[in-house]
Amino acid sequence: MSSNYLDIIRPGINTTFQDKGRDHLYHIGIPFSGAMDNRNYLIANKLVNNNLNSAVIEFAYQGPHIKYSGEKINFAITGDVIFSIKKKDTEIEGKCYESYQIENGDEINIISTNKSVYGYLALGGELDLKFQWNSCSINTKANIGSNDGKKLDVGQRVNLKKINSNKDIKKTNYINTKIENIRVIKGTNFDYFSEEGKKIFYEKEFTVSKLSDRMGMRLEGPKIDNIVNTNIKSEGLIKGVIQVPADGNPIIMLSDHGTIGGYPKIGVVASVDYDRLVQMSPGSKIKFKEINLSDAETLSKLYEMETQNLLSQI
Amino acid sequence: MIKNISNLGDAALYCDFGNEVNKSINSEVIKYFKTIKEKKFEGINNLTPSYNKLIISYDLKKTNFKKVKNYVENINPEDSIDINSKKLEIPVCFHENFSMDIKRLEEILKLSKEKILENFLNKEYFCYMTGFIAGMPFLGDLDENMRAQRLETPRVKVPKGSVALTEQFANIYTFESPGGWNILGNTPLDVFDSLKEDKPNLINPGDTVIFKEITLDQYKNYNE
Repeated sequence: MSSNYLDIIRPGINTTFQDKGRDHLYHIGIPFSGAMDNRNYLIANKLVNNNLNSAVIEFAYQGPHIKYSGEKINFAITGDVIFSIKKKDTEIEGKCYESYQIENGDEINIISTNKSVYGYLALGGELDLKFQWNSCSINTKANIGSNDGKKLDVGQRVNLKKINSNKDIKKTNYINTKIENIRVIKGTNFDYFSEEGKKIFYEKEFTVSKLSDRMGMRLEGPKIDNIVNTNIKSEGLIKGVIQVPADGNPIIMLSDHGTIGGYPKIGVVASVDYDRLVQMSPGSKIKFKEINLSDAETLSKLYEMETQNLLSQI
Repeated sequence: MIKNISNLGDAALYCDFGNEVNKSINSEVIKYFKTIKEKKFEGINNLTPSYNKLIISYDLKKTNFKKVKNYVENINPEDSIDINSKKLEIPVCFHENFSMDIKRLEEILKLSKEKILENFLNKEYFCYMTGFIAGMPFLGDLDENMRAQRLETPRVKVPKGSVALTEQFANIYTFESPGGWNILGNTPLDVFDSLKEDKPNLINPGDTVIFKEITLDQYKNYNE
């Protein structure tokens, strides 16, 4: 069969194939999915001379340990990730935002993400993956996408369909900035909450709970009191929506979220902060800051320009 | 008609059709949904119709709130005549292996199993929306005497095919999922099939559904 492939020695905790995700499917109950941190996803592809919307391997916390077989290929890792590259007798520590060339028998060992959640491994070529609705993104909940919609598993083999002929080594100095506040736009049920509850939402600190995944991020902290109704008639959700169920603890919808929900929406994370939000690991402190729609639109435009700028320099 | 349009975050339009849940409001929602879906407005990347709301998400790189709002305010949903609704019959087995919450329902509703099934089967249901999990249909309305609240503690795993009730609605779990609805039976029919990319959902908003009882043997032989 294919002569270029990866063998998964250790899959890591939550390792999936992701790309730009799939759209026009909310009405049947299928969310976007796709790479959680879009900017790091794009940079990873650019560093190995891929099309920007190529599939990459996304991992959370502990990453995979991979053995490569085949002709020479470049790879790059983005995020804040600790990893090593093993070649014959030597093992070197790898650096994010740099591409490396590996050859037959080399291993990539992604030990962990550092004070963040997601990292990306891009290979200079095309992974041989099944597409569903124009995307290979794995949604493990609905078992949609490549790999039968399941996480990568130990012992499995991933084939490459092709390898890029452009093997230029690339590098960028990107640093993942941490932000203190997550900016939010008032939600459609903001007035369901008590004056005290609204104040808590904008002034107090929340802690990211361990019960967070690609579907949602749960927060712990002072309870946000609802004075109208703890349920609403189920309606559509989008990523970034902050729902507050009866227990008063906010839940933020992330890329694999259920498409409809019945809890009041206190706010929505501004698009500009989404990539950084998803990187906040359990135990991180979050503070919300209100911004209006027009500021959010402007900030999002600036963020997008910055991303394009970063990519054009690679 | 849309009563109010506001923003849901910076990348979605929140169209409010009112607070009531009924067929006529929901039909309006679906009419808008189908019209906008047909017309493929630049930048719109998702539409989520529900009982009485329509959420339109868009790509901020291509458009913005003002443009999408202006577009939605000026469309005439009457233009789309093709509502294209189907009438479907869904086989359900109520064997005790499947009707996991029948005891609970008997207690809450103060009706016997026979009476609950009779009420359930004697009804034509309207599909208000699909979602939460892929392909799950939200069907209504159950009679007043058939309405029960969600379980206090949701199940971690609801079996695929479960037909369940909550308040005025019935639904079908299209695959194994956590869930808190009262489980009444199970259908052998694949209500969601991700391999059929054109039409993954068997039941779509606006469709009419009736349930038909089948025996355990019929259930077992259904897919053979």
